[in-house]
Amino acid sequence: MNKIFPDAHAAMAGILKDGMTLMSGGFGLCGIPQLLIEAIRDLKVKDLTVISNNAGVDGAGLGILLESRQIKKMISSYVGENKLFERQFLAGELELEFNPQGTLAERIRAGGAGIPAFLTKTGVGTLIAEGKELRDFDGAVYVMERGLVADVSIVHAYKGDTEGNLIYRKTARNFNPMMASAGKITVAQVEHIVPAGEIDPDAVHTPGIFVQRIVHTPNIAKLIEKRTTRPRIAA
Amino acid sequence: MAWTRDQMAERAAKELRDGFYVNLGIGIPTLVANFIPAGMDVQLQSENGMLGMGPFPFEGEEDADLINAGKQTITELATTSYFSSADSFGMIRGGHIDLAILGAMEVTERGDLANWMIPGKMVKGMGGAMDLVAGVKRVVVVMEHTAKGQPKLLHHCTLPLTGTAVVDLVITDLAVFSIDKGSSGGMTLIELADGVTLDEVKANTEANFKVAADLKTKAA
Repeated sequence: MNKIFPDAHAAMAGILKDGMTLMSGGFGLCGIPQLLIEAIRDLKVKDLTVISNNAGVDGAGLGILLESRQIKKMISSYVGENKLFERQFLAGELELEFNPQGTLAERIRAGGAGIPAFLTKTGVGTLIAEGKELRDFDGAVYVMERGLVADVSIVHAYKGDTEGNLIYRKTARNFNPMMASAGKITVAQVEHIVPAGEIDPDAVHTPGIFVQRIVHTPNIAKLIEKRTTRPRIAA
Repeated sequence: MAWTRDQMAERAAKELRDGFYVNLGIGIPTLVANFIPAGMDVQLQSENGMLGMGPFPFEGEEDADLINAGKQTITELATTSYFSSADSFGMIRGGHIDLAILGAMEVTERGDLANWMIPGKMVKGMGGAMDLVAGVKRVVVVMEHTAKGQPKLLHHCTLPLTGTAVVDLVITDLAVFSIDKGSSGGMTLIELADGVTLDEVKANTEANFKVAADLKTKAA
């Protein structure tokens, strides 16, 4: 079975519909599937529920789907870098569900692993736990959180093979592996594509079973949100 | 004289111990990395998926795939490892991180913390703060003692909570308080900033606190 698609548009075609739930990997602008997001914009699907740690920035990442008003609801942990998001939310044009970052990561991991709910101390006694089931274990209180799955997940990887095995690079891994496992259909954009057998099986981060479609996206422009450096000390 | 931001960070660095795995928040807590004592082995965790965080890169050596939780470009060390966000918060939630140092808007005498939301004004999100205070072994807050002249150490938080009974130590520009969280021990003033008086601290604090018998203080 061929998993390789010729371009991002072809990789996203035929799997999107209005009102669907989408997971989008990345942390800030690090490890985001930018070209797949652009393909979703071009395919004009709307009323999306998007699960992603952040909401991009104005003009990049998921920010472009906010601009085109294709997103109905976001499930995120931090959206502070996006002014358009704040405007749309305060105007009542966008629904928002905040999840603690670790709870969000675990909800996605659980969803992909067939676990419908789990219990965590995170958020007990806060707004996050309101209306949710609480349970005591060994004298501590835990709140129940549900697993999450998506109709489609889009992820970014450094390297992929024709089987769909993926390797991520440095902190661009972040939410991508769990999201790959929690999508009914997962589409990966990869910087380097190689024949099956060229990736050391011991080095695979995401096994190919979780990846249905792959597109080669070489030489993508990776954006840096906060470029910070230190001075070189003259020798 | 109250402590400067650097002096607050330097005081927070005294909470580090050899072999600690530590998570530093954004703002003053980030400065604590500059005060790790020479020869002490401390590994910094970045909750987006990295242990062993190195310093900022030299200009021209920035890597878009290598950022910290504040989205700043950083570098790796010989000890570095990378992992997913689920593994990262497994480390945090599982109690494997020894110390978290973070900022705050409000802290109460029983260790409740608010630092993520101002209703109607600030819509940013809690990021990893709720997970960190719920899971890390010891939580240290570093913050200004007051905001626009109003106390930040309170009987009860007015802002939405990040966690209840989670803070162990508060370092402000005026003083250091320990908190016996979750028990009746309450809050204790253990140290005054250089030249700051007990009266000054009392005048700027709403929360109830005891004064340690061996209160550390320096003459003005």
